[in-house]
Amino acid sequence: MRSIDLSGISDASVQACEEIAKDAGVNLKDCYQCGKCTAGCPLADSMDLMPREVIRYLQLGAIDVVLDAKTPWICAQCVVCSSRCPQNVDICSAMRAVRLASKHAGKRPLPEADIFDDEFIANVRVHGVSNEQYLAAAYNLKSLHFMQDMGNATRMLKRGMVGVSMHNTKGRANVAALVDRALEADAARRAQSDEDKGGDE
Amino acid sequence: MKYSYFPGCSANTTGKSFTVSTSYVAEKIGVELVEIPDWNCCGTSAAALTSPELAVALPARSLAISERELPGLDVVAPCAGCYRSLKTSVAFARESEDNRTLIKKIINAPYEAKADVLTLLEVFATDEAREAIAAKVQRKLRCLKVACYYGCAMVRPADVCECDNVEDPMEMDDLMALIGAEPVDWAFKTECCGAAQQMTIPVQAKPMIERIFQNAQANGADCIVTSCPLCMLNLDMREAEINKARVARGEEPFDIPCYYFTELIGLAFGAGPDEVGIDIHFHPAKNLLLQRELDALELEEAENIARAEEERKKAEIAAKIAAKKAEKAAKEKAAQEAAAQAATQPEEGKEAAE
Repeated sequence: MRSIDLSGISDASVQACEEIAKDAGVNLKDCYQCGKCTAGCPLADSMDLMPREVIRYLQLGAIDVVLDAKTPWICAQCVVCSSRCPQNVDICSAMRAVRLASKHAGKRPLPEADIFDDEFIANVRVHGVSNEQYLAAAYNLKSLHFMQDMGNATRMLKRGMVGVSMHNTKGRANVAALVDRALEADAARRAQSDEDKGGDE
Repeated sequence: MKYSYFPGCSANTTGKSFTVSTSYVAEKIGVELVEIPDWNCCGTSAAALTSPELAVALPARSLAISERELPGLDVVAPCAGCYRSLKTSVAFARESEDNRTLIKKIINAPYEAKADVLTLLEVFATDEAREAIAAKVQRKLRCLKVACYYGCAMVRPADVCECDNVEDPMEMDDLMALIGAEPVDWAFKTECCGAAQQMTIPVQAKPMIERIFQNAQANGADCIVTSCPLCMLNLDMREAEINKARVARGEEPFDIPCYYFTELIGLAFGAGPDEVGIDIHFHPAKNLLLQRELDALELEEAENIARAEEERKKAEIAAKIAAKKAEKAAKEKAAQEAAAQAATQPEEGKEAAE
């Protein structure tokens, strides 16, 4: 954990952290920094901020540190942290909320994770189901990891697990409309929240 | 035992063996799985990491169709990722009227979140299903030491998954014991396999899989038993990559096949490995089963010999006891006769004296 100059933290920054906590359903004051979340995290080794530190920076109102962190994008959403927290802080949910806030702020600390999820949803939007072979191909192209898992793709082909044919949900047009409506509702909620914030100032 | 069935996107692709073995077992024990017509992808963590609204709405479309077309039936989702998404959506809908209104608006259909969402383990672990399974076992999978791997999405978040034993679930262990296998006690039952991070951050996520294999091996397991197609793919398919790296580091490669719990139940019901999808595993998975079948037969033979020997000894001892008892009885009889004789003789003497 780095030392930070708290005098440089604005009210807006504190408010942004509180918004994230609210979205995550977390009361930041519940965390007493025991570190159990970090101890159990299977990916902590690879993270730039420990899960405990993400919560700490949120407590301190250091929004930029949190939004630029790779940690929420490395998080596999396994929920070990939340399930072991003696204070019932849903750290995993906080990771998700930070990641979404970071995404909406136009940041992409770990492009691969963002590309994967975008391609996944794009695939589902068009076909109603996820076609793993096309998801993997689209991911490789967009992330520039062209050869990743290519050997495994051949092994899957041999086993008849994947092929060239696409699976589709009959009502895929409905699914596409559903995805659009969901994302509209999401955008409307965020716009409303921004408006409320503007009203406070 | 009739359920609404949500197959999930991997059912006919990377999770084929799970689907094949599930229908095999379900049919044998009279569990009817009725596929939800025109179901769609649950969205899994990709939806949750895109939008909270999307995360609850994608599963809700399929759940609403199930509610309309298959009323009164609870929904089974074999894939742990699907299970968690569906269950999260149901929990959200049940929270408030406002939440239900939001969902109905997005899916553009009526929906009351009436049905519960279940894992396949829950379906197979009911008393009725367990009795049916026990009755169908033709060959106990003795000598097979299994590490039951539940992964995260079936148990966490604990409040959503209504799981009361997040660190040490036992449903799969109990089922494996029921078919004669030996579940080992190990520490990585609910550790994460890395899920989609095996694609997005493969270098960082690979050790997650390696540690699972390591812990299974350290606790004496022959194999890992899974209940999720993504866990299975990450373990079974990537074991080769992990082994390659291990060999390069001068370490011993693993030889730990992975199975779906339904495959092993199918085998215990008398199915051949190919009938339940074991032929399309990535890591060689048949030889271990053959070896353990042989071990089980040898063990049975040894047990029969030991039992016969035990019987023989028992009979021998019983015979000795009988002989001793007869001897004792004869002696007692002789003593009694002698005593009786001694008692009558003085009388005779007295009479004679008179």
